[in-house]
Amino acid sequence: MAKPLKCDVCSEPATVHLTQIINNQIHKIDLCESCAEQKGITDPSGYSLADLLVKPESQSAPEVAALSCPECGCTQREFKKTGRLGCGACYETFASVVNPALLNMHKGDSHKGKVPQRALERATFIDRLGTLEDGLKEAISSERYEDAARMRDEIIELKKAMEAAALED
Amino acid sequence: MLIKSIFGGKSEMTEAGSKKCPVVLMTRIRLARNIANTPFPGWAKETRRKEVLETCLPSVASLSQMKRGISAEISSLSDLERQILVERHLISRELSSNADAAGVVISKDQSISVMINEEDHLRIQVIKSGYRFKSAWNAIDAIDSALEEQLDFAFSQKLGYLTACPTNVGTGMRASTMMHLPALVISSQMEKVVRAVNQLGIAVRGLFGEGSDASGSIFQISNQTTLGESEGEIVKRLSSVLRTIIDQEMNAREKILEKDPNKLYDKIGRAYGILQNSHLLTSSECMNLASLVRFGVDLEMFPEKTRNIVDRMFIECQPGHVQYHAGHEIESSARDEFRAAYMRKQFENVARPIFNLHEMSSEDDTPKPDPEQEAE
Ligand SMILES: [Zn+2]
Ligand SMILES: [Zn+2]
Repeated sequence: MAKPLKCDVCSEPATVHLTQIINNQIHKIDLCESCAEQKGITDPSGYSLADLLVKPESQSAPEVAALSCPECGCTQREFKKTGRLGCGACYETFASVVNPALLNMHKGDSHKGKVPQRALERATFIDRLGTLEDGLKEAISSERYEDAARMRDEIIELKKAMEAAALED
Repeated sequence: MLIKSIFGGKSEMTEAGSKKCPVVLMTRIRLARNIANTPFPGWAKETRRKEVLETCLPSVASLSQMKRGISAEISSLSDLERQILVERHLISRELSSNADAAGVVISKDQSISVMINEEDHLRIQVIKSGYRFKSAWNAIDAIDSALEEQLDFAFSQKLGYLTACPTNVGTGMRASTMMHLPALVISSQMEKVVRAVNQLGIAVRGLFGEGSDASGSIFQISNQTTLGESEGEIVKRLSSVLRTIIDQEMNAREKILEKDPNKLYDKIGRAYGILQNSHLLTSSECMNLASLVRFGVDLEMFPEKTRNIVDRMFIECQPGHVQYHAGHEIESSARDEFRAAYMRKQFENVARPIFNLHEMSSEDDTPKPDPEQEAE
């Protein structure tokens, strides 16, 4: 019958076998039960094969020194070590590293799925409010009082609409 | 108290009503979501994690879908309780071992669970018995939308839902089914199937020894990519692969029955005998025996209602569940004794298998998943 395979981590007899093809290359991993458990892959609900395949990039290009996320402080070194980002803003901060990786991992580089309607409405509200408030200040300082009054009314309307939307929750 | 309500209530996994659904045991969809402008759990300081837990736990628990459900901080659960939740796929091993400022909310029927402060702030999961992407998606979409009314999710127009690991960014969705593929395992075709499926960006996870029928011949098949396609497109791609695998499994079953029915009958007959009479059973042996009996149910050797017993066995032969039934924590060898006793009891009234060399070839007799339940 089949030859007994050895665990890629500790050389005990392997009982867990994973095969995956990434970019036309076959990756095959054989693990013993305890190493599989340690890697979390005996748990059907919480495993990602990508985690097993992401090898620490030891001989990659010299690291961009001190690139760190202004929002959360996560560094590029940290990201490369763990494969995890620190916060949403990290996607911007480390775009030069993350974006090419995304193309390799996924079917494309832009989102085509569900959009959180409420969040986007809120974001649009807030953007519009900011624009109006800037405009209002500018109008007042340049003594365009008719424009200022119009903008002030619009701000009041907008805030009312935001409150109404919030109350629906 | 938590464990009692878990065992007392009906659950999607164990009381699925025995719908005639060979091959696909369950469908599961998971969504990863994060709160905007807040560090991801793996990077966040303790105080931020606590804030997230304190905001999210009540929000999730207040959903109408979670009425009379369970919500708990993981640190308040005993090791055995955590283990049972893991064995029921309600929390991940990662959450169970990383319990600081982590929580879970589980619906009454255990078909929905929401983990808080796992790898992402929220991991929403819906489990349905059988092959039911459509109903799983409808359920999880509704929960996600309801949560979005209360919580601001980290989202970018370009990259979609932002997640701690770039492998989940975009839809944040992992859709999977657990498949029971005994004939492909018996006929040593699993490796070939795994290779073919991987080419299509679909991951197969299984615990299996090559050429042997280990660990119940159960495999999890899921999408590997989350960005660049809509949720519907992802599920459609996954479904078409699943249908091919189901066809291959069915073909393999027919071939085994044509070529060497006695070998199969012997396996199934022995499985029945062992479950009715053994006094020591390891969990992996138990899985394999259950798998063979389930195969027997598909072949109508056992009455359809036996499927329920088997599907429950897959869950209840695991160490945490055995210890719960034993009433206390016990070591491995004693567990084997309890497990055997429990299974003898389950199998006491299961009728002897019928071996009447019937053929599976007629179109109408070939069990297929209910087409109405398939996702489109
Ligand atoms: Zn090992
Ligand atoms: Zn960051």
